[in-house]
Amino acid sequence: MESDGASITVCPQGPLLVRGDFSLTDGTGAEIDNDRGTVALCRCGRSAIKPFCDGTHKLIGFDRPKK
Amino acid sequence: MSDQTGTMVHDATGVDPLPDASRRGSRQMPLPQQRGPVSALLCGLLAGTDPEASRQRLVEAASLAAAQTPDVLFDEDLQLALFVCYELHYRGFDGVDDTWEWDPELLRARAELERVFEDRLRTAIDPVDETATTAQEVSDALFALAEGGDGPSVADFVLRHATTDQVREVMAHKSVYQLKEADPHTWAIPRLEGRAKSALVEIQMDEYGNGRPGRMHSELFARTMAGLGLDHRFGAHIEHVPAISLASVNLMSLFGLHRRLRGAVLGHLAIYEMTSSLPSSQYSRGLRRLGFGDDVAGYFDEHVEADAVHEQIAGRDMAGGLIEADPATRGQVFFGAAAVCLVDGLLGAWQLGAWEQGRSSLRMPLEAEGTDHGV
Repeated sequence: MESDGASITVCPQGPLLVRGDFSLTDGTGAEIDNDRGTVALCRCGRSAIKPFCDGTHKLIGFDRPKK
Repeated sequence: MSDQTGTMVHDATGVDPLPDASRRGSRQMPLPQQRGPVSALLCGLLAGTDPEASRQRLVEAASLAAAQTPDVLFDEDLQLALFVCYELHYRGFDGVDDTWEWDPELLRARAELERVFEDRLRTAIDPVDETATTAQEVSDALFALAEGGDGPSVADFVLRHATTDQVREVMAHKSVYQLKEADPHTWAIPRLEGRAKSALVEIQMDEYGNGRPGRMHSELFARTMAGLGLDHRFGAHIEHVPAISLASVNLMSLFGLHRRLRGAVLGHLAIYEMTSSLPSSQYSRGLRRLGFGDDVAGYFDEHVEADAVHEQIAGRDMAGGLIEADPATRGQVFFGAAAVCLVDGLLGAWQLGAWEQGRSSLRMPLEAEGTDHGV
């Protein structure tokens, strides 16, 4: 289904789920330590372990329809 | 926690194994002490020590007890008997012949207990969200269910109030599952296909350390226990944990071992993943509040990051993938999800209730350990 390369799923009200062949680097080009094949990258801006997601989006109603 | 590159930093060799990891791997737990007529007959039969115990008597006792139990979720005798029956499919018991795993009469007795267990759950759980159809709708509905539990949280208590002794109790409860973390859900792999199967394997790879034994979540949990001065051999605290704690583990085995319940085991796993990252952060901060460091909190730090990934995969690709491929499994998925909310909610209330009354949440307090098991 997926060929070489990465796929990114924009999870509604949640993170970016990144699978496949990718490298993760910081602004200086240094590799960011990543232990797992698939990662969830913070999209709400409030994670305490950025660039990774820690589930905080669920606490702040990220990207949910305004009441 | 705010480390720029995430919480877990590894050198090239990964994490050192626990000092007695190899010994731990080959050791089987001893048969537990009986807690009533059914578990007495079962353990007597398996050990070969009770001349009065026969297969026939076991089946009769199981049938009678199943019919008479006031509440199987809190029945010490029946939950222990079920645990023993199920454990024969995992690692077995020291001194017990492996052929008992498929003994027809033992399976018949197990079925009596399973029937009353499953009936209890189905009576308590209303059919929920029967309309979710697409994988995304399934994911949304499961996240809503996971958020629904407003009850008091053990993780929040650990964050704010728990003493070290209470934290040790929490880990003793957890150890019955966490020292074989992921195993009950692995039974589902050969029963799935396509997207759901691929998603479950993707999650389990992470649970099993992505090829590094020292990174298996069960090993990380053993490290947490060792750091708290607790015996981390599988089954070491079985005499301490109450029925409701065993019920929470038996639930996964019930779902995992029956192909007809493959949807339920995925619903169960989805809720586990969806209720993990935020509480894991609370556990981690609670442990640090009590003065523990990475060696003890590392298991929970790993789960903050890992389960923020897993919850996305579990809801959409795994549970959602199954329902898209086989809509007839929808009811099971949501039954499994609601069942874990129910049983683990009762377990949490049990623990918090005991501490509120100033007593142990275990059947007997933990003895001081740390030097008596030859690490």
